[in-house]
Amino acid sequence: MELASVTQDYALPRQTLFRRPGRIVALDGVNLTVGPGRSLGIVGESGAGKSTLARLAMALERPASGTVRFMGHDLNALPHAALRGLRRHFQMVFQDPNGSLDPRQRVGWIVAEPLRAVGGLSAEDEREAIAAVLESVGLHAADRDKYPHEFSGGQRQRIAIARALITRPSLIVADEPVSALDASVQAQVLNLLQDLIAKHGVTLLLISHDLAVVDHLCEEVAVMYRGRIVEQASPERLFAAPAHPYTRLLIDSLPQLSSRPRRRPMRAASTAEAPGGCSFARRCPHVRERCRAEAPVLREVGARHLAACHFAEAIIAQPRT
Amino acid sequence: MALLEVEELTVRLATARGPADAVRGVSFSLDRGQTLGLTGESGSGKSMTALAVIALLPEGARATGRVLLNGEDLLAASERRLCAVRGNRIGMIFQEPMTALDPLHSVVRQVAEPLRLHRGLSAGAARAEALRLLDRVRLADAHRSAAAYPHQLSGGQRQRVLIASALACGPDLLVADEPTTALDATTQSEILDLIAELVDEDGMALMLISHDLGVMAQNVTRTLVMYGGSIVESGPTEAVFSRLAHPYTRGLHAARPRLGVGRGKRLAAIPGTVPEIADLPPGCPFAGRCPLTIAACSAAIPPPLPVGPGHAARCIRLEAALTLPKAAD
Repeated sequence: MELASVTQDYALPRQTLFRRPGRIVALDGVNLTVGPGRSLGIVGESGAGKSTLARLAMALERPASGTVRFMGHDLNALPHAALRGLRRHFQMVFQDPNGSLDPRQRVGWIVAEPLRAVGGLSAEDEREAIAAVLESVGLHAADRDKYPHEFSGGQRQRIAIARALITRPSLIVADEPVSALDASVQAQVLNLLQDLIAKHGVTLLLISHDLAVVDHLCEEVAVMYRGRIVEQASPERLFAAPAHPYTRLLIDSLPQLSSRPRRRPMRAASTAEAPGGCSFARRCPHVRERCRAEAPVLREVGARHLAACHFAEAIIAQPRT
Repeated sequence: MALLEVEELTVRLATARGPADAVRGVSFSLDRGQTLGLTGESGSGKSMTALAVIALLPEGARATGRVLLNGEDLLAASERRLCAVRGNRIGMIFQEPMTALDPLHSVVRQVAEPLRLHRGLSAGAARAEALRLLDRVRLADAHRSAAAYPHQLSGGQRQRVLIASALACGPDLLVADEPTTALDATTQSEILDLIAELVDEDGMALMLISHDLGVMAQNVTRTLVMYGGSIVESGPTEAVFSRLAHPYTRGLHAARPRLGVGRGKRLAAIPGTVPEIADLPPGCPFAGRCPLTIAACSAAIPPPLPVGPGHAARCIRLEAALTLPKAAD
């Protein structure tokens, strides 16, 4: 999967009849590559553009500019039928299994839906595929005749994962797959995802707001802020030597079980946009003149470590609190 | 006499499968200037306990036991009396500020509302006080944002408005039910720091409900861990998280994904799922998922056994539980 200079914007609701509606930039020139069998995690706060990225990667919407390529095909240049045929190779797991599983259909029907969409399978093969995929996510073949409401939250997410796996895709895009689950069940689903990556060699694009989840599953992490990737590295490198002040803020915001000294609360930043310059400048504790004038580009700051900050080297050198 | 004393609180709900107890014999007390946390997963009864304390239980729920605020039993109080207490002596903050705020009124009006209602202030005086409160919770551009409607503010700003409204009448007790769960990580710590500062300045009591163990560890001095409607472990926060006496507390602690554990390491998941309240076993609610279960566990709900000073766990296999593997912080 390869995203090149991808931009996406959405129209805001019209303020008045007489003015053109404003637009909000959800993605601003994003470049990303996920190699086969690799796992990439995307973190960032709400509004950072994480889910937009997932929708573009799944060809659920077209980017305003830029290209999204999968297995060498430009997803937005493919004829409809060819795209449909290609879809068996990339599947998605959504955050809320209650919203993504049809309550009026039995589990077997739900899980086999992508197979039917792709077509060309006998009823017998379909039955076998359902049984195999349910067992691979830790459910029973007999569960096919039950309805989603007969399962717990964790089991429902397993059903959603089974549905994504049934076409044997090479890429799975998971948008917050465990955030709706209870803590004790979250670990079960994370272990399952880990096994699937290891066993089937699935490529994973994982969207999460939880740094620890991404650290657990991914070989590489991209941090997004306001539609841009501001830092990208291996989790070991990223969490040990963050180069962007926003990454550092995210890490420091993680509640630790050991108590920490309280910071004096800051006044919340206004959401009004500063024209030009770094989009994080308003919230950045290290902001200088140059940051307000000139937007930093994503550049190499170490081995396999990218960051978009004018002063990345100085930030890395700073001791962690 | 403590500010808040909850004695043998039981909340029975009418479920599709008949009446079932969501809260089973919960007792605790909380005094001014103290902070108390309730943690547990969904269905543990933590939110029902909070709703019973603020006398806002859902339709069809029946609470027994006693909830004493300044010695007055709220479970026995009239609705009229409760209206005079809620929002006045008890301030409340909920998870989703968008549903707690009225979309049709400006924020300054919503913060002023309890002042007019409970303190009988004039419109002008209430407005002036509301502006002061919005400034105190550090709403961005407080004077300009005051005229805004909730949908024009971000999640964190809305939560600041809700906090201002909860604090308006100078309550004795602040009940915060998952106040930061809907917020981003960076906003979460800002809001928690703000709550801590305000509680500290006003000397009120804080009852904080959160599923997040990290939020507990950093924000309350005493922690109650709930499972299946019972308090399975309670004690000073530091002691609870260093001893992790109950097998459930220890399991929950080990199941968290943590930074730096590394890929390829499996998480120590707790087998099974949280039972629905209609399915709770007769004895220890955790018996079905616990690695130490013996026949006696299912006989009766275990009594709280002492672990240390002010620290107790409801587990009859406490000695064995303390030797279970423990995850690093």
